[in-house]
Amino acid sequence: MTKPLLDVRDLAVALDTDGGAVHAVNGVSYTLHEGETLGIVGESGSGKSVHVLAMLGLIPRPPGRITGGQVLFEGRDLLGLKERELRKIRGGAIGFVFQDPMSSLNPGMTVAAQIVEPLRIHLGLDARAARARAKELLDLVRIPNAAARLDQYPHEFSGGQRQRVMIAIGLSCRPKLLIADEATTALDVTVQAEIVALVQELKRELGMAIIWITHDLGVVAGISDTVQVMYAGRILERGPVDDIFSDPRNAYTLGLLRSLPDLSGGRAGRRRLHQIEGAPPDMRHLPPGDPFAPRNAYATPRCRSEMPPLAQAPGAAPGHLVAAWYDLPELLSREAAR
Amino acid sequence: MSTGSEIARAEAVGLEAAPSGTPAQPLLQEPGTLAAFWRRLRARKSAVAGLVIVGLLILMAVFAPWIAPYDPTATDWGNVRGAPSLAHPFGGDEVGRDVLSRIIFGARASLGAGLVSVALAVSLGLPLGLLAGYAGGWIDGAISRLTDALLAIPFLILAIALAAFLGPSLVNAMIAIGLSATSTFIRLTRAQVRAVAAEEFVEAARAMGNPPWRIARVHILPNIVPAILVQATLTIAAAIIAEASLSFLGLGQQPPEPSWGAMLNTAKNFMDEAPWMAIWPGLSIFLAVLAFNLFGDGLRDALDPRQRT
Repeated sequence: MTKPLLDVRDLAVALDTDGGAVHAVNGVSYTLHEGETLGIVGESGSGKSVHVLAMLGLIPRPPGRITGGQVLFEGRDLLGLKERELRKIRGGAIGFVFQDPMSSLNPGMTVAAQIVEPLRIHLGLDARAARARAKELLDLVRIPNAAARLDQYPHEFSGGQRQRVMIAIGLSCRPKLLIADEATTALDVTVQAEIVALVQELKRELGMAIIWITHDLGVVAGISDTVQVMYAGRILERGPVDDIFSDPRNAYTLGLLRSLPDLSGGRAGRRRLHQIEGAPPDMRHLPPGDPFAPRNAYATPRCRSEMPPLAQAPGAAPGHLVAAWYDLPELLSREAAR
Repeated sequence: MSTGSEIARAEAVGLEAAPSGTPAQPLLQEPGTLAAFWRRLRARKSAVAGLVIVGLLILMAVFAPWIAPYDPTATDWGNVRGAPSLAHPFGGDEVGRDVLSRIIFGARASLGAGLVSVALAVSLGLPLGLLAGYAGGWIDGAISRLTDALLAIPFLILAIALAAFLGPSLVNAMIAIGLSATSTFIRLTRAQVRAVAAEEFVEAARAMGNPPWRIARVHILPNIVPAILVQATLTIAAAIIAEASLSFLGLGQQPPEPSWGAMLNTAKNFMDEAPWMAIWPGLSIFLAVLAFNLFGDGLRDALDPRQRT
């Protein structure tokens, strides 16, 4: 296997609050190869956003604190870089797309001025070349009549178009890695589908790696090569997208999949939606073992006392990793037999 | 990644393509917004009235030597406390100087003091407020506590104390008023900066690799200008009153040079015999202050983001 583009090793992040330290990310390790699309799913507070922001020094410190780990990007440890060096990477080799396109664009600047910004900062283009490039970027993200729209303000664009502009900004310096943090969450469903389709096309054209952070499993299924399920600042399961959806090995993943409505129709589809009982743990006082154990009907006593390591799931596709002491397929088949 | 996709990537983004035939337009232009602002401002009759009066007063101050019928410092024994007449429409003062001419020239002191002192207050307050709001930490603490201390002293008392300390002259009065008004601008700027800095587009700008000073200058500063502009306009009105007060107390414009406040100071001794000596400068101050306030209020409404489309 080639050298990974991004190699996260045992990353841990804490946020200091009046009530004590919130352990937002607790030893996250994974690799991402060039051109790979990684979907990270998890609920609010699972650490999925915080850990990518922390990688690039974008969490405010204080209260944020990186308590351990390494983040190797093209072999360099981002956590050891000075702010000045990190700035060269942000928006350059690593592009960002944020959640809310309504508020992520500066309302007082034209779209052109905002697309041009990273071009001038990172590539040192002059005003004229940067503007020409901005127009090409708007064309690239399929905004019709790009030349005429350059000098418009964000409020003159629709929500979907603004997200396209954000993507254009994220891609402007030809990043090796594009990080989209809940990039479709604020959009309505039809627009979401358009944006997902756009990103897939752009990926084919440009070949960058993508980290797509979302809590929407449908979007993940449509976009990812690899899926990673996070909970309470840990990775509970990770593997090829089809394998995760067809053969989940962690009870939390199973719970998430069961809570999706089945629209395939027929009698089988008409079932009550599953819900995961309980609430996420208090991140200031994490349970000693598997953080999902208290909500998990399949949990074993060992789950409550000892955190299972993330390891190859027995009998699953290669690269399908799971953190569980129990054998979910076996438990499920036993359940079905009863 | 293979070289094939590398080429496809380059072509799609078009880094290598020459920027052909794109007209070199200015990058930052504001089509619509400025015009829309002007339309909203014009819709407010009182704001337009304020702007017109401010404009006329400024013209009067600038072209005073051509407008004034007499030398404002020339005495005329035949016009000592002279009642308003055709030759002297506003009457004469205690040494026979033409009150109309002194009102016209006095606009220079009043408006000049208003504009210069506020310019001083903004040029000190804006950078300090920006620094406090954006840097945070102990820098914010130090600047904010200093501001609190200054704000604890009433504006006029502070201005009088400073003017007395600096010595009586119009320039010193301007400095005293400007320094006294600075704390308001520090606090306003700081609050505005903190509000804008919490916006997601500032976070996005950081993720784009913008250095902090550039974020402050390009992303935060333009978004706080409206609030500063409104406050500045309203502070000009207060500064005009402050200049009149300082001159009335003898700490501002020195005789025989005219200033509306100084004119009131002398007029108070002759309220019975020559009330016109007090009425005209008083009315002038009233009109100038009213005009700046009307304009400032209109500006605030027109710049209110809630009324934007």
